[in-house]
Amino acid sequence: MPVLINVTQKERETEPISEEMGVVDRANVVLETQRLSVFYGNFKAIHDVNLSFQKNKITALIGPSGCGKSTLLRALNRMNELVPSARAEGAVLYRGHNLYAPNVDPVEVRRRIGMVFQKPNPFPKSIYENIAFGLRINGWKGSKAEMDDIVERSLRRAALWDEVKDKLKQLGTSLSGGQQQRLCIARAIAVEPEVILMDEPCSALDPIATLKIEELMIELVKQYTIIIVTHNMQQAARVSDYTAMMMMRPDRSGEVIEFDTTETIFTKPKDKRTEDYVSGRFG
Amino acid sequence: MATSEIRRNFAPAEDMSFDAIQGSRRLKGMLLVAFSILALAVGVGMVLTLLIDVLVRGLPWLDWQFLTSFDSRFPERAGILAAMVGTALTIVITVIVSLPVGIMSAIYLEEYARDNWFTRLIEINIANLAAVPSIIYGLLGLAVFVRFFGLNRSILAGGLTLALLVLPIIIVVSREAIRSVPNGIRQAAYGIGATQWQTVWHQVLPVALPGILTGNILAASRAIGETAPLVTLGALTFIPFLPKDLLDRFTVLPIVIFNWSSKPQREFHDVAAAAIIVLLGILLLINLLAIVLRQRLRKQF
Amino acid sequence: MSMAAPSESSNAGLGLQQRRPHALGERFISILLMTAAALSVVTTFAIVLSLAGDTVAFFREVSVIEYLTGTLWTPLFSNPRFGIWPLITATFMTSAIAMLVAVPFGLAIAVYLSEFASLRARSLIKPLLEVLAGIPTVVYGYFALTAVTPFLRGFIPEIKSFNSLSAGLVMGVMIIPIVASLTEDAFNAVPRGLREGAYGLGAMRHEVALRVVFPAALSGVAAALLLALSRAVGETMIVALAAGQNPTFTLDPLVPVSTMTAYIVQVSLGDTPYGSIGYKTIFAVGATLFIITFAINFGSTLIVRRFRERYD
Ligand SMILES: Nc1ncnc2c1ncn2[C@@H]1O[C@H](COP(=O)(O)OP(=O)(O)OP(=O)(O)O)[C@@H](O)[C@H]1O
Ligand SMILES: [Mg+2]
Repeated sequence: MPVLINVTQKERETEPISEEMGVVDRANVVLETQRLSVFYGNFKAIHDVNLSFQKNKITALIGPSGCGKSTLLRALNRMNELVPSARAEGAVLYRGHNLYAPNVDPVEVRRRIGMVFQKPNPFPKSIYENIAFGLRINGWKGSKAEMDDIVERSLRRAALWDEVKDKLKQLGTSLSGGQQQRLCIARAIAVEPEVILMDEPCSALDPIATLKIEELMIELVKQYTIIIVTHNMQQAARVSDYTAMMMMRPDRSGEVIEFDTTETIFTKPKDKRTEDYVSGRFG
Repeated sequence: MATSEIRRNFAPAEDMSFDAIQGSRRLKGMLLVAFSILALAVGVGMVLTLLIDVLVRGLPWLDWQFLTSFDSRFPERAGILAAMVGTALTIVITVIVSLPVGIMSAIYLEEYARDNWFTRLIEINIANLAAVPSIIYGLLGLAVFVRFFGLNRSILAGGLTLALLVLPIIIVVSREAIRSVPNGIRQAAYGIGATQWQTVWHQVLPVALPGILTGNILAASRAIGETAPLVTLGALTFIPFLPKDLLDRFTVLPIVIFNWSSKPQREFHDVAAAAIIVLLGILLLINLLAIVLRQRLRKQF
Repeated sequence: MSMAAPSESSNAGLGLQQRRPHALGERFISILLMTAAALSVVTTFAIVLSLAGDTVAFFREVSVIEYLTGTLWTPLFSNPRFGIWPLITATFMTSAIAMLVAVPFGLAIAVYLSEFASLRARSLIKPLLEVLAGIPTVVYGYFALTAVTPFLRGFIPEIKSFNSLSAGLVMGVMIIPIVASLTEDAFNAVPRGLREGAYGLGAMRHEVALRVVFPAALSGVAAALLLALSRAVGETMIVALAAGQNPTFTLDPLVPVSTMTAYIVQVSLGDTPYGSIGYKTIFAVGATLFIITFAINFGSTLIVRRFRERYD
C-alpha cells in the first residue's frame, strides 16, 4: 500500500524545484511530483523529488548509475508497486490529481501513463496481438476492421508498419531488437496514453536502431508527453527539451540536483557536479 | 618457508616441457570416472535385466483375453480389465482435483503472495508434504475420505487420496514453470494497464503452460504407479466386476501386480510380469506424450 | 489523508478511480487462489489429526512403555504384544542396506555429472536416471522377490524367500537416481569461482571434484542423503513384497522381517474392522513412521538452512 504523507500548508511553501527556477510553463504541466520519496524496505531510493513535466515535451532524466532514475520513472505510473517492498511518500499529480490518492486504481494510471522498457519485451504472441492486447484488456469493444485499423495506425506511428505489414501473424519475438522496441512503443501508444515513460529504451540497440527510435520520439512528442531515462548524453542533448540531473546523496538516496532546459544543462549548468557529469568527467 | 625451498619441490624453471601430468595423479581421476560409470552401469544394468526378465516371462501371457478378462483364481484365466478401468477412473479423479488446485496454488505463490508468515507457512508445508511417505497418505485417506466423509473404500476416495499425494509435486513443477516466464512480459502487461489477473491469464500462463502440462503429466504418471496408499485405503486386490459408479469398490493395476507377485504359484508371477508390461507401457506412452507436448507447445524465445 | 492539491474530490472526472466490477473480480480471484494454496496447510493438519486420533485410542489400550521398549510385535495374536522394535529394526536394516548401495553409487554419478560429463553425456544420463526414478516401486518389489532373491540364493544358499538383503539392495538401486540428482544440485550450488581458483592452481578434475567441490557441498550432500534416507524408511512396496511380513527382532539380513510400512500393508489387506485394536495399530505405527521421517526431513532442512548462511 502506498503511503501518502499529508502535505501541510507549511510544507507546500517549499516550492517545487521547477517552479522556483521558472523554467516550465505552469499552464502546460501534465505530470508533477511533490516531495516524492520512494523506499525499498527501509532504504530510501529517492528523496523529496519535486519535478514538473510539460505537455508535448521530452524530459530527460540523467545521472550516475544507481541514483534512482528508474525508481523515479516507475513511481510516476505506480509500476513500483510491483516490487513488494516498495513504498512511496509524497504525491504525483497528473493534471492536478494525486495518483497516489486512496481511490486511484494503479491499473487506470498505467493505461494513461504508458511505459517502454530497457529491454524490448514483446509478448510471445503475434505482432497483431501484441498491439490488440492492450485494447482488449481495457474493455475496448469494436469490430475486427476497427481493430485492424488501430493496429495499423499504431504501427505506422511507431514507424514499423512498412517493415511488418506482411507478417502481422508472426511472433513479435521474432523481430530484430530495434523492431521489437518499436513494437513495444506501438503497443504502448495503441491504448492512447497521454504520457510515455521510457527507461533507457535504446541501451539494448545498435546505433542505427537507436537513431530510428530517437526520430520516432521527436515525432511522437507532438501528440504525447515523453519522459526518458538515458545514460547517453548525446541522446539527451539530441532529443530532450528539459533535463533533470540526479545524484546520490551521502545516504545513497537519489535527489534531483538540477533541472532546466536541456540547452542550459548542457551549456551552462549551475551545479559543478552537473557540469562534470554531462562533460563526461564523472560516473 | 623461503621461496627457494618451495621452488625446489617443483621442476626447475628451465624445464619448459608441458608433458602430461604424473601417472598416479592421472590414475586417481580415471578410477573415479570408472567408478561413476560402474555405478551407472549397475543401475541401468539392473533395470535392463528387470525389463528383459519381465518381457520374457510376461509376453507369452499378454494377449487380448488377458486385457479383457477379470481376475481369476486360475492364472490362465486371470486378466486386468477391472484393474485398468480402476486405474483410469482413479487417475481421472486425481487429475481433475489436483490440477486446478495445484496450478492455482502455484499462481498464488508465484504471482500474488507477499513475503509474510502465511506464505512461508505454506511453502514449508508443501516441502514437508512432498517428503511424507506415500503410505501415510493412505492412512489419511482412510481416516478422512473413507471414514469421516463416508465415501467407503471407493474410487472417489482413492482418487482424492492420490490427488493430495501429488499436489505438492504439481505445485512445485507449476511454480517452476511460472517462475521461468521472463519478467519483462509481466512488466509489459502492467505497463499498458493490465490488471494482475489479466497479466497472469493472458500473458504469464500461456507461456508457462508447456512446463506446467509436462510437469503435471509426470505427476499423474507418479500417481498411476502408486500402490501403497491405495492398499492402505483398502482398495481390493480381487475385483471380478466393473465399477457401477465412483462410489463402488475398485482395484488398480499396481495392486493387481502386487497381489499376483505375492502368490506362491510361479504362473501368477508370470501373469504379474504381463501386467507390469502393460503398466510400464502406459507410463511410457504418457511420458512420450509429455515430451511431444513440450516440443509442440514450446514457444520460440 | 488528504492532499492540498484539488485532487480527491474531482478525480472522478478523469476516471482514475477503480472500476468497481473488475476490482471486485480481482479481489475474488486472489482470495480463490489463496484458498487453494491454503489447502496444503489443511492437508498437513488432516494428516496429523487423522494419525493422532486412532493413535490416542491405541494408547488407551496399550502402554506407551511396552510400545516403545518391547521387542515382541504380535498384535493380532490371542495373546497380543505391542513392542515396536522388531518393525523398527527391520525398517532400518532395509534402509541401511539401501543406503549402502545408493550413497556411493549415487554420489559417484553426481560427481561425474557435475564435474566430468560432457553436455552430450549429461543429456543421455539425465533422462536415463529419470526413467529409473519413474519405475513404480511395485515393479522393483516384484523384481526383488522373483529375480534377485533366487539370484542371491546361488551365492548364499541359506537365504530365505523373504529377506531384507534383497529388498534393501533393490531399494538401493531405486534410490540411486534420487541421491544422484539431489547431490548434483548440491554440487551445482558451489560457486564457479571456487572451481576456477583450483583449476588455476593446476588441479586436475578429480582433485577439484573431491578436494574442492565435495567439501564445499558437504552440508548440501548431507541434506540430500537425509532426504534419500527418509524415502527409504517410508518405502513400502519393495519391502512388503520381498522382505516379508514376519515381525522378527533380528539384524540378520537373510531372514524374513516386517518393516513398519509392510506391517501397515499386511493389516490393510486383511479384513480388519474399524475400531478393532488391529485397525488402531496401523495408525500408531503410521504415526511412528511419520514422526521418524519428519525428524529426518527436518534434520535435512536444518542443514540446508545452515548451508545457505555459509554462502551469503
Ligand atoms: N527492487 C529493488 N529492491 C531494492 N532496492 C532496489 C530495487 N530496485 C532498485 N533498488 C535500489 O534503488 C536504488 C536506485 O535504483 P535505480 O534502479 O532506480 O537506479 P538507476 O538510476 O535507474 O540506475 P541505472 O542507471 O543503473 O539503471 C539503487 O540503490 C538500487 O540498489
Ligand atoms: Mg535504471
